[in-house]
Amino acid sequence: MSFLDVLYFIIPSAIFYAAPLILVAIGGVFSERSGVVNIGLEGLMVIGAFVGILFNLLFADTFGAATPWISLIAAMVAALLLSLLHAVASISFRADQVVSGVAINLLAVALSLYLVKRIFDKGQTDFITERFSRYNVPFLSDIPVIGPLFFTSVYNTSFFAIGVAFVAWFIIYKTPFGLRLRAVGEHPMAADTMGINVAKMRYVAVMISGALAGIGGAIYAQTITNDFGHATINGQGFMALAAMIFGKWHPLGAMGAALFFGFAQSLSIVGSSIPIIQEIPNVFLLILPYVLTIFALAGFIGRANAPLANGKPYIKGQR
Amino acid sequence: MSNRATNLLVPIVSVILGLLVGAVIMLASGYNPLEGYAALWNGIFGDMYTIGETIRQITPYLLAGLAVAFAFRSGLFNIGVEGQLIVGWFAAAYVGVAVELPKIIHLPLAIIAAAVAGALWGFVPGLLKAKFHVHEVIVTIMMNYIALHVTNALIRTVSDGGDRTESIFASASLRSEFLENLTEFSRLHLGIVIALLMVGVMWFILEKTTLGFELKAVGFNQNASQYAGMNVNKNIILAMVISGAFAGLGGAMEALGTFEYVSSKGGFTGIGFDGIAVALLGMNTPLGVIFGATLFGSLKYGALNMPNAAGIPIEIVEIVIAVIIFFVASGYIIRLLLLRASAKKKEAK
Repeated sequence: MSFLDVLYFIIPSAIFYAAPLILVAIGGVFSERSGVVNIGLEGLMVIGAFVGILFNLLFADTFGAATPWISLIAAMVAALLLSLLHAVASISFRADQVVSGVAINLLAVALSLYLVKRIFDKGQTDFITERFSRYNVPFLSDIPVIGPLFFTSVYNTSFFAIGVAFVAWFIIYKTPFGLRLRAVGEHPMAADTMGINVAKMRYVAVMISGALAGIGGAIYAQTITNDFGHATINGQGFMALAAMIFGKWHPLGAMGAALFFGFAQSLSIVGSSIPIIQEIPNVFLLILPYVLTIFALAGFIGRANAPLANGKPYIKGQR
Repeated sequence: MSNRATNLLVPIVSVILGLLVGAVIMLASGYNPLEGYAALWNGIFGDMYTIGETIRQITPYLLAGLAVAFAFRSGLFNIGVEGQLIVGWFAAAYVGVAVELPKIIHLPLAIIAAAVAGALWGFVPGLLKAKFHVHEVIVTIMMNYIALHVTNALIRTVSDGGDRTESIFASASLRSEFLENLTEFSRLHLGIVIALLMVGVMWFILEKTTLGFELKAVGFNQNASQYAGMNVNKNIILAMVISGAFAGLGGAMEALGTFEYVSSKGGFTGIGFDGIAVALLGMNTPLGVIFGATLFGSLKYGALNMPNAAGIPIEIVEIVIAVIIFFVASGYIIRLLLLRASAKKKEAK
């Protein structure tokens, strides 16, 4: 196998694994940039995956080939509603945001499994029939090297995820809304003094993170697992959290980190058929994203600074 | 109403609200909540066997709760209890399988190995927090996944490619014939004694030693502690190490008592995360942890009876636990409501 062949093998699968991570990590960027820590990303992904699969199974006959896309919308709405719970707790009720996030994670897994058992009378759902499918992008896939790398047997969802990352970058850095979002996360009192409604901004940010995490979860379920059970989402939300930190709370950085983690994930799965990588014990590839995140935080790979007011409830009039 | 009374009321109100939400969900999905909770009750107190199993379930929860609570008192949030528990589980099982020694040496050795492994896993985030000011929440989450994958790989190596180790030698086991006979051959083991002993140890460290005083001081205000001449960095690391040791012991309970082996895992045990709930409900005090662990351990074990006796999925209990955590975390609003209620009463008088 030549080097290029190896790349043709790994790169598409890396992008494939990265797509949900990108979306969820971008969701995390929105929430944390506004000053609300969102450990609940994992749970929001779980709800997204569950509702996505459920909607797909129920309406596959009605919507036909468009079902997976409409399922994304359903998943988005469901995760958005669940994220409201986190928003209410951490913004209005001044709860410890990490604890509230832990509660969201527990609740999402428990609630979706409870409903799976209620509806299907077994531990996991049936397999979906309408799923996202791979295709070759016309013309672009004929370009030498780049074609087979990025445009052959791809999912539309991957392009969607990368597109969202750029849109998020534009919103956060080039619009008044983004400026306010960042202000609220860095110095809420100053932002409040300038007439920005801190609570409202944070609510919106958490809801955006819920929506994106829901879509991410539904994409993961509808491209990779194709059903929903207790192990469908198993740490991907936390890996997205890691990608967000590794990307230094920047949308494009988070996308880069998510792509890299997708690369590590795909290596650990398809690596066994590639020489050289075969020699590396699988466990090193599995723990790589987590170890890198710790290094990034410790400042070995540039300093990663969280938004200043991240995790602190804003109480009017308190210095 | 005094501050102390409100503090005690918040967890109690949260538990009641959690059970109510659970009842509403059961009702909404077409189950009878009374039947459900009756099945839960019988699953906890039905006979001597279930009582024994319930106490067995409470044991690791006690230690996981202590681990979270101890770190909390020093101002640290140890989400890594899960990972520390997993490495402790592996370490204890490994010592239990690898050598055969007289019980008086073997059992303590296996227990200490678990505590050391957990402590080591807690040391890393503690060190990073102290030296590089890295937030311990993220590091401990990452350490959880590292623990999961590393122990799985080690189990595969130790068992020559299998997915569980041999059962440990009897000389490292915590099981006791006396307790088994008492509870109609449940898996209740001597670990409960160790766990309760550790509750005492935590109380002693926090209330009766200089170390405990310093740890609490660092938890209240790092700058003031620094100014008073305390070594804040040392205290942060120590807090994480001791917390990790408690968590590691929790793993030893599973390795030496409940299962007597360790198998590779597809996901987390959940005990470590529930430890957060235990500590929160117990307001991070040693006595409170006993209360929290008893409640959550009983709920968890009792839930196993719900599918058989009432046809209700066990996840309903997980929902209840999540809602309880949610309300305890939102203590501010409950306190506010309680204050309003008592103010109104005064006006009425």
